[in-house]
Amino acid sequence: MSNAESKISYIGLIKNGIFSENPIFRVALSLCPAVAVTSGVKNGFMMGIAVLFVQIMVNVTVSIVRKFIHPKVRIPSYMFIIATWVTVTDLSMAAFVRDIYAQMGLYIKLIVAFAIILSRAELFASKQKITPSFFDGLGNGIGFLFALVIIGFFRELLGKGSLWGYPIVDTKPLLIMILPTGGFFAVGILMGLFNWIDMKFFGGGGASGGGH
Amino acid sequence: MADVKKEHELIVTVSPHVRDEETTSRIMWTVNLSLLPAFFMGFYFFGLKALFITALCIISSVLSEYFFQKAVKKKLTVNDGSAFLTGLLLGMNLPSSLWSFNPFTIHVPIIGSVIAVVITKQFFGGLGYNIFNPALIGRAFLLISFPKAMTIWTEPTAAFLALDAKTTATPLGILKEDGIAKLIEAFGDKLNLYAELFNGHRAGSIGETSVLALLIGAGFLLYKRYITWHIPVSFLGTAAALAWIFGGKNPETGKMLLFAGDPLIHLLSGGLMLGAFFMATDYVTCPAVRKGQIVFGIGCGALTMLIRIKGGYPEGVMFAILLMNCFAPLIDRSMKSDVFGAVKEKKK
Repeated sequence: MSNAESKISYIGLIKNGIFSENPIFRVALSLCPAVAVTSGVKNGFMMGIAVLFVQIMVNVTVSIVRKFIHPKVRIPSYMFIIATWVTVTDLSMAAFVRDIYAQMGLYIKLIVAFAIILSRAELFASKQKITPSFFDGLGNGIGFLFALVIIGFFRELLGKGSLWGYPIVDTKPLLIMILPTGGFFAVGILMGLFNWIDMKFFGGGGASGGGH
Repeated sequence: MADVKKEHELIVTVSPHVRDEETTSRIMWTVNLSLLPAFFMGFYFFGLKALFITALCIISSVLSEYFFQKAVKKKLTVNDGSAFLTGLLLGMNLPSSLWSFNPFTIHVPIIGSVIAVVITKQFFGGLGYNIFNPALIGRAFLLISFPKAMTIWTEPTAAFLALDAKTTATPLGILKEDGIAKLIEAFGDKLNLYAELFNGHRAGSIGETSVLALLIGAGFLLYKRYITWHIPVSFLGTAAALAWIFGGKNPETGKMLLFAGDPLIHLLSGGLMLGAFFMATDYVTCPAVRKGQIVFGIGCGALTMLIRIKGGYPEGVMFAILLMNCFAPLIDRSMKSDVFGAVKEKKK
């Protein structure tokens, strides 16, 4: 992290969120939605968009009010902020994308408890100005979205033989992949692959494993 | 204190101090050998298809181990026979009907072997580090992924070249769907049913049918002391006891009738013998402590009968062993034997 530097590279922050500190593949946070909502690309994408929005708004809000919050009550305060933005997302989705909301309404409400959002608020936004916080939220949100879409891609393609709901092949090549078991298989193997690529081509040092 | 210096000159190593000729590969090849009678019985009853399926599993297991170890630049351990054993066990656990081109299911055993060797064994660090029995994970993966293809059972014909045999249900399937009366009817009388089950003249996976052949192989392993009696006896004993207590059904009402089950049918059918003697006793995935092995066996037996009597699947040996595999480290830790000569700490 480049906290010490006076000027933070915004592009670097986004890259950081997508690759070297990808919430799911590198930091291994919020694995529950990575298994639960990724039985298809569409669900994964919608979930990713919701989290992206909440992450950015929470980061910005926390950054704005960071000087007024007493350190002793900061976590409850962050939780209130997160809950507010999740409610906004929840009600907006219920109003505008009803059919998708019917499928994943429960998981949208659960964004409140996602470790990655609280983690970014606590680790980054509470110490940084508004613009870097925005870009950090953007980077981590895109990283999360990217991970969910990749996992959903493989699970839907292998489990249902379709993509975004459109059939590609007639059969169901590996039924297990759309079951929860397949979610764990996909997350595990993709995490390994991601780490391998990072170590091989970008000189990374392997997974950090639970960056709380 | 003059002796201290002399003591330092003694070479001190950790146990084991006594070495003999037993090596991993020798044990693995012996287990492979002991499975041969059961495999030949499967070959005899299900014909060339059984041979093809088993060979396909063995070849793809060995090749996937070889290529994975090449790819990650690990030491090649293909010769130790463990990949061969995984392939053989997986093949013996599959129905021979998988060798069919319409619908195309030849890829099923290959996928199972790759899952078994690469994901279950090599991803966890190779032989000795796997949590679950590789062959069983391969089979579980296939059963969940291809529920239709994995449950087409062919009638044993004992006709060597019969490539298209009639499909039928396994004895446990009949028992689950239609009850015991129908099962006895299908085999003539009760005595004939026992005899057929014991010889292996019934529908089922390639290597699980012949109890006689499995017992010959298991006897050989017990004689060589590669396996001990603890797991098989507690496994089979628990299964038999539970089958006797809870396996009975009132023929009129169809409700459970306590202490009226037939333990022999449950013992002789399904994959119980193969599982108890060859799968549950896998060194890597069962507890090392004798006391723990008995707990492990009891757990396997109880879960098997729970699935068979109450569950959705007719057969539960595979899931039972896999579930107990999870508990093996826990059992080992909680049943640690006392260190020889150590003084027990007083409880506060």
